[in-house]
Amino acid sequence: MDSMEMNDLLLDLLHVPGLSGREDPVLRYLQEIWEPLVDELRVSPLGSLEGVVRGKISQPRPKILFAAHMDAIGLMVTGYQGDFLRVTSVGGVDPRVLPGGIVTVHGEENLPGVIDQLPNALLPDSAPKDSVELKYLIVDLGLKEAELKDLVQIGDLVSFQQPPLIMGDKLIAGPALDNRASVAAITIMLASLQTRAPAWDVWVVATSQEEENMSGALTSAYTLQPDLAVAVDVTFASAPGTPDHKSFSMGEGIPLGWGPSVHPGLHRAFEKAAEEEDISVKREPLPMRSGTDADVLQISAAGVPTMVLSIPLRYMHTPVEMVHKEDIRAVAKLSQAFIDRLDANFLATLEWEE
Amino acid sequence: MTTDNQLDLSLIETLSNLSGVSGAESAVRERVMKEIKPFADEIQVDPLGNLLVACRGEDSGPRMKVMVAAHMDEVGFMLTAEDDDGCYRFAKVGGISDKYLTGKSVWVGKEQVPGVIGLPPIHLTEKKDRKKIVPLKKLRIDVGAGSADRVQVGDRAVFATPFKRVGDSLIGKAFDDRLGVAILIELIKRAPRHIDLLAAFTVQEEIGLRGARVAAYKLNPECSIVLDTTPARDFPVWEEGVENAFYNTRLGKGAAVYTADSGTISDPRLVQYLLRVGEEEGLSFQFRQPGGGRTDAAAIHRQRGGIPSVSISVPTRYLHSPVSLVRLEDYQATLNFVETALKHISPDILSPMGA
Repeated sequence: MDSMEMNDLLLDLLHVPGLSGREDPVLRYLQEIWEPLVDELRVSPLGSLEGVVRGKISQPRPKILFAAHMDAIGLMVTGYQGDFLRVTSVGGVDPRVLPGGIVTVHGEENLPGVIDQLPNALLPDSAPKDSVELKYLIVDLGLKEAELKDLVQIGDLVSFQQPPLIMGDKLIAGPALDNRASVAAITIMLASLQTRAPAWDVWVVATSQEEENMSGALTSAYTLQPDLAVAVDVTFASAPGTPDHKSFSMGEGIPLGWGPSVHPGLHRAFEKAAEEEDISVKREPLPMRSGTDADVLQISAAGVPTMVLSIPLRYMHTPVEMVHKEDIRAVAKLSQAFIDRLDANFLATLEWEE
Repeated sequence: MTTDNQLDLSLIETLSNLSGVSGAESAVRERVMKEIKPFADEIQVDPLGNLLVACRGEDSGPRMKVMVAAHMDEVGFMLTAEDDDGCYRFAKVGGISDKYLTGKSVWVGKEQVPGVIGLPPIHLTEKKDRKKIVPLKKLRIDVGAGSADRVQVGDRAVFATPFKRVGDSLIGKAFDDRLGVAILIELIKRAPRHIDLLAAFTVQEEIGLRGARVAAYKLNPECSIVLDTTPARDFPVWEEGVENAFYNTRLGKGAAVYTADSGTISDPRLVQYLLRVGEEEGLSFQFRQPGGGRTDAAAIHRQRGGIPSVSISVPTRYLHSPVSLVRLEDYQATLNFVETALKHISPDILSPMGA
């Protein structure tokens, strides 16, 4: 996939809505993109998109699963007050990014609106005056009450409306790069498999509901029963206000997860593939749970050796998340390099040894 | 009432999308100049960058000199120092609450290079810290390392909010005061012929009404009308069943006429005149609740020996935030109200007070 195609893919992925539990629009978009790249494509009962590129070795042929969640964080309508809507969060939303933002309410149609906190004079005396709280925010669609109630119902989802920003030739910013950047990476990997013949079956899954409860990844892993699973997700990039010891510079190497959610043997195999292919990587300490789909992939059925690949991302869970496009490409390339190295004997060599 | 108002939304769109932070109004001035040139009798740009336009009437004999002002500048930012990695420290130009900064995108410089104001991830912050609005000094404008050569310290930045029509409403940035600017352009295009219309597109309103002060000196009018936007805080009170007594103005209720704000006591004769015209002509208008806030009138009415002044605003929600919202009908009503008021204005409405 050349850089123009990759740009288009990313921009499309950032424009399509798809909040946790209501991933339909992004699901439909990916169905179209993945269809020509896979041997089989299906949608799980919980709305994950599962595609497979069949391997060439004979059955029982081992399977590797790459999971990237396609759901995004956002808001949900909880009620009306006059001409305005009240909302709650879907996924981890810091309310401080909301005042003065533009949102899209997915009602009868997609309705743009403004979100802001009520002026202090209209808040109860108990409300702190130098703070932003979700319960004090209102969404204004520029509509009057009757029309509003016609077009919007309780439970309708609300996305950040921030359009994607091309920042020079290396960076891109926008909402939902967590985790559409990773969806782009596994899509690029899929495209690269077209000219190769993997030994194993390669399953790619765009998972649903990660930001709420990881139910998409958990259930797809159960159905597909992979022999290895890789979660591709974003991690913290160094940025103003983000401590350096908890973050990774953009464009300077792919963080490889290391901790209880990651099989140490698998980690090393990825490290080795990266070294041989001259792909720069770093170890990402994940001392407890990884906070990615890997946490549930690992404990599916009788347990699955699991790996976490990360794309450093600035300003996570804000409407202006930012990634380096080379990092997306590097994750795709490393994934493909790892697949290239899988053979009939790989599993026999895999041991949990820190 | 004028019924042939061919409302030019593309004019509002263009004006709203331009960057024109206080002290850097050139792009707006150039655009206004282009619009008004065919209709103006005299045009000058003064030492501060105010654009002063005279539309002379046709009546012979002394014609009333009426100044109408709207400010071209908007609130925004200036890059003040470079950090690593495409990140810049920045300062506010004009009044913007810190709560509006995080998670927003901006346009930097004349080329409107995209930048973002981020926030550390929710995952790395403590719950108690998330209760605190992040102060400006901890924030950076991030244009991305690759774009750092396209911007420099001293560049201005504005919120990156493209204009959009939303049902009966408009959303965009800089409605304060590009709506006033748009109205003033429309007035010039159909200037009344019995007066001298002295239009002032002012600069530096947001940092202390500095442009209007010198503009009023130069134009030396008999009275002035200031066109601006004013907050509509017509929201529900959070606690159900309590009436909002601090709405300032309400959307859908028409042009907002000032009786007093914290900078000006409107000239009572002008207020009475506007009330009379509004009622006689059946125009859509409301009184802005007296209270805080100020407009260019605060500088104009104190110029020379005193200039009777009044302000008329388009009621606007979310002023000085990344995105403002107005009802189209209120914009139309304000244009119509001012146009009608000018059509009937005459020196006798300013008969001496106390006489």
